[in-house]
Amino acid sequence: MEKFEPVIVAFCCHYCAYTAADMAGSQRLPYPANVKIVRVPCSGKVDGLHIIKAFEKGADGVYVAGCLEGDCHFKNGNTRAAKRVKYTAKYLEEIGIEPERLEMVYMSAGMGYRFAQIATEITEKIRELGPSPIKSATAGLKSQVAS
Amino acid sequence: MKTDSNLEKVLNAGHLAVTSECGPPRGAIPAEVVKKCGYLKGVVDAVNITDNQTAMVRMSSFAASVLTKQQGLHPLLQMVTRDRNRLAMQADILGAYSLGIDTILCLSGDHTKFGDHPMAANVHDIDSIQLIQMVKQMRDEGKFQGGADLKGEPPKMYIGAAANPFADPFELRVMRLAKKINAGADFIQTQCIFNVDKFEKWMEGVRDKGLHEKTHILAGVTPMKSVGAARFMRNKVPGMDVPQDVVDRMAAVPKEQQPEEGVKICIETMERLKKVEGVAGFHIMAIEWEEKVEEIVKGAGLYPRPQV
Amino acid sequence: MITAERKPLEELIEYVKPYKRILLLGCNECVTVCAAGGRKEVGLLASGLQMALLKSGSSIDIRQHTLERQCDPEYVEELLPMIDGVEAVMSMACGCGVQQLAMRFKDMPVFPAVNTKFMGASERQGVWAERCKGCGNCVLGETGGICPIARCAKQLMNGPCGGSVSGHCEIGEDTDCVWQLIWDRLKALGREDSYLDITPAKDWRAGGGGGPRKIIREDLAE
Repeated sequence: MEKFEPVIVAFCCHYCAYTAADMAGSQRLPYPANVKIVRVPCSGKVDGLHIIKAFEKGADGVYVAGCLEGDCHFKNGNTRAAKRVKYTAKYLEEIGIEPERLEMVYMSAGMGYRFAQIATEITEKIRELGPSPIKSATAGLKSQVAS
Repeated sequence: MKTDSNLEKVLNAGHLAVTSECGPPRGAIPAEVVKKCGYLKGVVDAVNITDNQTAMVRMSSFAASVLTKQQGLHPLLQMVTRDRNRLAMQADILGAYSLGIDTILCLSGDHTKFGDHPMAANVHDIDSIQLIQMVKQMRDEGKFQGGADLKGEPPKMYIGAAANPFADPFELRVMRLAKKINAGADFIQTQCIFNVDKFEKWMEGVRDKGLHEKTHILAGVTPMKSVGAARFMRNKVPGMDVPQDVVDRMAAVPKEQQPEEGVKICIETMERLKKVEGVAGFHIMAIEWEEKVEEIVKGAGLYPRPQV
Repeated sequence: MITAERKPLEELIEYVKPYKRILLLGCNECVTVCAAGGRKEVGLLASGLQMALLKSGSSIDIRQHTLERQCDPEYVEELLPMIDGVEAVMSMACGCGVQQLAMRFKDMPVFPAVNTKFMGASERQGVWAERCKGCGNCVLGETGGICPIARCAKQLMNGPCGGSVSGHCEIGEDTDCVWQLIWDRLKALGREDSYLDITPAKDWRAGGGGGPRKIIREDLAE
């Protein structure tokens, strides 16, 4: 059986999380290629709609990475992001997607190791959860149509 | 005299009046009403029959009042604006008067949230003050609220209202009494008093405006059965003021003696209230403890009741 | 504005399950302001419905559009080209908009996506509170600009009742006693004496007691 390779979308804020990702790269700290990074000016720019669309387009897991609490470049973008993530997780449950597939994480610009660590942990967590129920359903439908 | 109400006769004769309360049963059980009447006969001048109290459905105040009258007591029909519109209320007033009920207490009623039908509409077609006005108009002008003349003899209802000196905002509570008197309240029953100091302060304001002479104020009292009851009233009942030292006094006594202590506190409160100028009597609310009312009335030196 | 909240997703799935192509309509006014049925919410709902239906083995084509308003027939008319081939319409507007659609497209099943709640105003971002009951005879001039019909749990016109405690309504600490607010306001305006005036029983005909209401402007109506 082919090993399941999850597709993870990580919304990373420019000032902290994306810079940390850069640092991980320059320090040659490995992190899984499963994680697709989307750079945003601030984690507070991420809307529930972006998250839901990511799942619709086939993501198995999504996380929003912002600055450490109290350090947001735009003061409270990360707190707003956290609220939206929590609210969206409830919507995911209504839809029938496990809310654990969505997370809010925090790091500072210099924490290359933390970026790599979180990317790895989340990838493994999602791998264990398996493919998103939407993906399996889409595959199921396609095979139905094909046959 | 505006009416033939026994309560009016007692008050007009200058006696300290005594009223009490009877909560109808949560079923079609007339025997329960009869039993409670048994405890109160000859002990009070009138007995309030509550109207879906705490928004829990009970036998209607109207029906229980009729049963009470049949037992030879003087029922005081409580009417809340929460459950009926003005048509139904006027119809009930005509019906009640036709069956010999001549005293009414006009209230808003606890919110449905507290009761067993939180999903029901809160009617409040009119509020308690507008209800007082309506009953007065029926009695003194022989007119329905809508303006038409009612047929026959107008219902001569002795009109009461509730007052709560312990609710907020305190500074408004005297003006509110004035409003109810202006609307037509002949007598007032207050929320039960544990904080006599605060009550005395309210009465100062009342006397200041001469309101004690324009209406008859019956001071509400309640005997507490236990320290648990005391705490519940202190913490969970909106608009009730039970000072900590009263709770402590109940707590200081062993459980079996707490009911006796509660009755003692009640009688002591009544003795203190007798000395407050403007207090025209007492309203003893002994919910589900009606058998104690006789002891309290006797203990406060108010027995036998005057025959007027 | 008129406030609303999206219905639970399972209710909406039940509505659209039988169809293969629906039109999901948002409204750019009130429901946009309270984040219940604007352009963004249409996107969120369409996505959610599609994914949920996919999970149960079916698929659905959801056409998405947002009108400026749904309560005026002129705007609803814009939908004509979009309605071809659509089997049902789901509207994220308030009840007024949903009904306008149903009246125009008589052969089309029309479903509400939100529960219309109340007429209210924003207290702060993300919080909307009931302010007006549409009683038809505004008394705000007498009550210092604060409404006892909309904001008193017992709609008392001569309040407060005996359950007012520390400025809160007896139903709970989250609810202000509006008569406390009115009293404070009257004091601030130097109008305490007006409190003694008894407001007589209300004529509820103006407030809907006379049946569903209509306003006809002779100068504007054709």
